[in-house]
Amino acid sequence: MARIILTRLLAVVPVLLGISVISFFVIRMIPGDVISSIMGQDFSDPKLEAEMRAYFGLDMPIHEQFLSWFGRLLHGDLGTSMRSGQPVLDEILERLPATMLLAVSALVVSVLISIPFGVLSATRRNGLLDAGSRLASLIGLSVPNFWLGILLVYLFSVTLGWLPSQGAGNGEGGLTQLKYLILPAVTLGASLAAISMRMTRSSMLEVLNQDYVRTARAKGLSERVVVARHALRNSLIPVITVLGIQAGALLGGTVVVEQVFSWPGLGTMVIRGITQRDYPVVQGTLLFLAFFYVVVNLLVDIIYVYLDPRLRSGH
Amino acid sequence: MVTELASAQPLPPVRRRPGMRLLQALVRDRIGAIGLVLVVTMTLAAVLAPLIAPYDPTAMSNQRLAPPGGTFLLGADEAGRDLLSRALYGARTSLSVSLIVVTGAGIIGVVLGLLAGFFRGWLDGVITPAMDVLFSFPTLLLALAVVAARGPGTENLILALIIVFIPSFARIVRGTAMTIVKEPYVESGRAVGLSNTRLIFKYVLPNAVAPIAVQFTTSLAYAILIEASLGYLGLGVQPPQPSWGSMLSSGKAFMEMSMWPSLVPGICIMLTVLGFNLLGDTIRDALDPRLRGRAGR
Repeated sequence: MARIILTRLLAVVPVLLGISVISFFVIRMIPGDVISSIMGQDFSDPKLEAEMRAYFGLDMPIHEQFLSWFGRLLHGDLGTSMRSGQPVLDEILERLPATMLLAVSALVVSVLISIPFGVLSATRRNGLLDAGSRLASLIGLSVPNFWLGILLVYLFSVTLGWLPSQGAGNGEGGLTQLKYLILPAVTLGASLAAISMRMTRSSMLEVLNQDYVRTARAKGLSERVVVARHALRNSLIPVITVLGIQAGALLGGTVVVEQVFSWPGLGTMVIRGITQRDYPVVQGTLLFLAFFYVVVNLLVDIIYVYLDPRLRSGH
Repeated sequence: MVTELASAQPLPPVRRRPGMRLLQALVRDRIGAIGLVLVVTMTLAAVLAPLIAPYDPTAMSNQRLAPPGGTFLLGADEAGRDLLSRALYGARTSLSVSLIVVTGAGIIGVVLGLLAGFFRGWLDGVITPAMDVLFSFPTLLLALAVVAARGPGTENLILALIIVFIPSFARIVRGTAMTIVKEPYVESGRAVGLSNTRLIFKYVLPNAVAPIAVQFTTSLAYAILIEASLGYLGLGVQPPQPSWGSMLSSGKAFMEMSMWPSLVPGICIMLTVLGFNLLGDTIRDALDPRLRGRAGR
């Protein structure tokens, strides 16, 4: 077990390195020059330009730029916002809880929908409920999440006036703040549920055909015990992988859904960075999110090995 | 009946058979047929947009946010532009971008996958880790990174999405190539002196066609969604060129006055993506004999 964890950890190192290199060079892909795009009309002042260049370390050769950037990265320095002058990491840490809250709530919504319906769909295969939930998941896969968000806002905020449509309600305290969370979490969770419901259904079907399930039935256990005790547990293993893969969809999804609801998280931060051409902000946030994603996947991998003892002996 | 016709022909070429099977499956399977109808309808709308659109999609009028039914069949947006015409041209934008992206990414991905999986060695050592790194970026974030660096606009959008979609093709083809290379018939092909190119075209690619076709269709669905997302964020195709995503973002701003500008493009996206998803499912069931019957439709 320890050896497997160590191999997985080592495998992650080149990926993280690759992500850092890509994030660094993304900024160097800007057509023309970062400085000219920040300075705009003030570009004519050569002294100011040289000062800016030195300030952002752009006067060094590219490999030195990378090494110095990477060195600072290892110390947790993601650079400084060109607009606010604040360290990027500070703003990330300030906004991280909002994004985490949204992501975790969405995951909860997704699990609450997908596992019961996936299991029922598989155990009553080809029934009305199966057809209904499969149709719902197909439609869920095809609806862009921001559109679902817009529809929910129209229904619950504009028409019914039940729930707020913008912001996180910071400072409004407990229950009111929860109201702000509902729409974004449901929007993001529903699209995730569509994917994991399909996965739960198909892995449940697979497990229900296994010999040990037949044995369990043959020894006279009730169908409920067979499903809950023997089948569900085993079918959840691939579902957990899917939840891990969804961490990516979740992070991407938050970017768009946060924008729909003006949620004060990392997603709105990236988009603001992009529209304001605040490159350190964009670079830092994307890097942070990608690292986060890799770490989540690593954890999922380890949980996976832990849950499925068959994987421990091999590799 | 289709089967009889096919078998009546003298020696149908072997490679045609998956295609025939697919068509049969699509006709037989109602869900697949719905998918096909949706995709064909949207494609026709996109291709014929200049002919069938009642108005210029960028022409403004004083009928701001007009409800459907009057001069404008589906109503008008906040600048008094015809929603139907904009939706038709939006289909053109969305489908052409997605098709270019997935075709481009498919070709590059297949070549990279073949290089890595067939030849292995240092090529595999370079390509596969690179693909893994790209894969480890959440899709939308990777697209955002490229657009952030290159600026918004159609060309950069296409570039960003191609980069996003390459790894999944490369991964699938690499996997197939690695298994096929070990097959005895490839060994014997090698033994009788077939060149690598012949081996690839004769054995490896035909075996990879099914997974590539499935990946192609589902990627189209996904590309349409991401294109719309980036359009919504204002980072995709730039106005005045109509795109479903940007229509939704301006529609949202006026939804308290009229819901139509937010409904029309959303429904278009949903139906198109649904069409490609249904088609993808059917192709998977039809081309992959291993999965046939298991999905239990």
